[in-house]
Amino acid sequence: MSETLTRADLSEAIYSEIGISKVESSQIVDQIFEEIILDLINGKSVKLSSFGSFLVRQKNERIGRNPKTKEEAVIEARRVVVFRASKELKNNIINE
Amino acid sequence: MIKSSLIKRLLKNNPHLIQADVESIVKIVLKNISDALSKKGRAEIRGFGTFSVRHRNARNGRNPRTGEKVVVPAKNVPMFKAGKSIRDRLNYKS
Repeated sequence: MSETLTRADLSEAIYSEIGISKVESSQIVDQIFEEIILDLINGKSVKLSSFGSFLVRQKNERIGRNPKTKEEAVIEARRVVVFRASKELKNNIINE
Repeated sequence: MIKSSLIKRLLKNNPHLIQADVESIVKIVLKNISDALSKKGRAEIRGFGTFSVRHRNARNGRNPRTGEKVVVPAKNVPMFKAGKSIRDRLNYKS
């Protein structure tokens, strides 16, 4: 549980399994995430079957408090990304 | 967007690739993230976000319909936290 998967690991996997160049592999990895981000920016949700969905939620402005200093601050209205894992993904990690 | 429309867009951007390869590529990416979560507990995609696994202890629950007590077993659940750049980009326009 120490090592973390990164973009580099993904392009490495594509490079060795598909047989396209390393440069192309890393470019397509970047494109996949960029396409997802672009749709989210446009307020569209992204559903990847057997993996999960990325949704955009609108949050209203609210007053928050710094728990340490107890100082109050306005948290502005904003959009956030939420991820809902599919059943398959949940089942894949449920057992230790 | 769904997986098939993502594949179509990638094909359009990469006319030298064939559809079967692009399908495999998307599959490899999702499979590797999923496997990394189950084996390493973490996948960090810079500029996008971080997937992690959080442990949930077993707890006593109730069947809301019957009121019956049940033990909800301990489990690991996947989490996603959007990266700073995506948060900024989402709130730039609005």
